[in-house]
Amino acid sequence: MARVVVDVMLKPEILDPQGKAVQGALPRLGFAGISDVRQGKRFELEVDGELTDERLAEVHEIAEKLLSNPVIEDFSVYVEEFADDEDDEQ
Amino acid sequence: MRIGVVTFPGSLDDVDARRAVTFAGGEPVALWHADHDLREVDAVVLPGGFSYGDYLRCGAISRFSPVMTEVVAAARQGLPVLGICNGFQILCESHLLPGALIRNDHRRFVCRDQRLRIENNRTPWTSDYAENAEVSIVLKNGEGGYVADERTLDALEGEGRVVARYLDGNPNGSLRDIAGISNERGNVVGLMPHPEHAIEDLCGPGTDGLGFFTSVLRSLVDA
Repeated sequence: MARVVVDVMLKPEILDPQGKAVQGALPRLGFAGISDVRQGKRFELEVDGELTDERLAEVHEIAEKLLSNPVIEDFSVYVEEFADDEDDEQ
Repeated sequence: MRIGVVTFPGSLDDVDARRAVTFAGGEPVALWHADHDLREVDAVVLPGGFSYGDYLRCGAISRFSPVMTEVVAAARQGLPVLGICNGFQILCESHLLPGALIRNDHRRFVCRDQRLRIENNRTPWTSDYAENAEVSIVLKNGEGGYVADERTLDALEGEGRVVARYLDGNPNGSLRDIAGISNERGNVVGLMPHPEHAIEDLCGPGTDGLGFFTSVLRSLVDA
């Protein structure tokens, strides 16, 4: 069992109204010095069995076909390492 | 002429779209998202709403519904397909149309009578309009901002594939005021405003939307 994380972000040139709304709220809460906020999505995929190169390539395909829209979004795929597997029974 | 109207879980305007087909003189055929066949319809309308709750991205899940496999294949063979609002989003997610629709730049849902110019009256969905006809059709969306890269936008303009453009102010941040586009062949049209809500004087801003439905019926008869 392995956890693969897919992060999906709007491409830099695509306007992100939600990020702008979050950024706009910061000064009202007294937080200064944040020049930009971009909002994205994080997907955690629990992959059965051993995480082979083929399985990882499949996750890339999932990210490209469904999790992101390549017209407006970029994605990155990475394997989440657990600090201590023994303690991760939960 | 049989015009199919697909109902996805979360579709809202399927009933109005079927009613518009009837008003225009056609026979509406209800299609279900889980259907594997198009019941021999002559054209398909993908209606507005929030299919699959807009989960993931607007239209992203609908694209993979069984009926869309059939719609995509038939559209590539030339079947007239009109996507309205959420239907437009589904057509973009299906790659039948280029570009994408993102959240309105002003972050608010917009609902108003919208002036439009019909710039391409050579599609089966717009042939009843005069060239550059100015019409008023209901617009209601939260994620109606049309975006595409510059090359795609230039191609759309150069090939006359901008079907409708917003007039009197841009309501949602759509690039180049684009309200609707077509595919290269012209049989697939995506439109953010809702012509099915503008087919009678009693409720709505007028009857300017009826032309989309009479156009396709006439095109099918002429074909």
